[in-house]
Amino acid sequence: MNNQRRNVLKTGSGAALLSVLAAAGIITPGMALADWNKAAFDAKSMADTLKAMGAGAPADSKDVQVTGPDIAENGAVVPVGVATSLPNVTMVAILIEKNPNALAASFTLPEGTEANIQTRVKMGQTSNIYALVKSDGKFFMATKEIKVTLGGCGG
Amino acid sequence: MGNPMKIRAANKDGVTEIKALISHEMETGQRKDAAGAVVPAWFITELTAKLGDKIVLAAEFGPSVSKNPYLAFKFKGGAKGDKVVVSWKDNKGDSRTDEAVIN
Repeated sequence: MNNQRRNVLKTGSGAALLSVLAAAGIITPGMALADWNKAAFDAKSMADTLKAMGAGAPADSKDVQVTGPDIAENGAVVPVGVATSLPNVTMVAILIEKNPNALAASFTLPEGTEANIQTRVKMGQTSNIYALVKSDGKFFMATKEIKVTLGGCGG
Repeated sequence: MGNPMKIRAANKDGVTEIKALISHEMETGQRKDAAGAVVPAWFITELTAKLGDKIVLAAEFGPSVSKNPYLAFKFKGGAKGDKVVVSWKDNKGDSRTDEAVIN
């Protein structure tokens, strides 16, 4: 028996059911918003992550700021902030290029919430950190290199 | 149930700033214990902050967010005395909700 074909049919009807439920208002957009984006968090490379988030090739923007230390003594706790002056920001994400999975965190910002978020992330090694911002439906990106000092002797 | 979160909420000139310190292991699934067995991943996947019924921030975390995650953000609105509710859910299905009063 062609199992793959059966599976495809099954998933196909599942997706159709989901859209029917969504159309009927049983699944509200608010709930869909809370679905963890497994594909994006499982993606290993930057390119795959951006693809999974539907970002394609974001444009570099000077209006997006990534803040963080130039040198992090402890890779387990690296304070990182993202801020932007772009209008109508609906999504902000932090990506770390050389981590096993690039995506660290993504934030959905409803209207009224400022595009200015600080958090702390882990870094396995010296890497570029990318801030991805969705403004007016378009994706923008900025980057900053953070050096991680192994052994924590504070080079 | 994890330990309580520490949440500070302060309103200044109509903008509320939230600072939250969440108590969670945030195990990546990359580490090995002394016996060489992989420590299974255990991390917060979703976090939401609400002012009343309105969501002010919805976050999705991966395992590369630090142990005991810290989060700071600002939103317009909120008044002194209003309650902000922060809740999270982890990949083992555990969850926790804490609240803070804006001052």
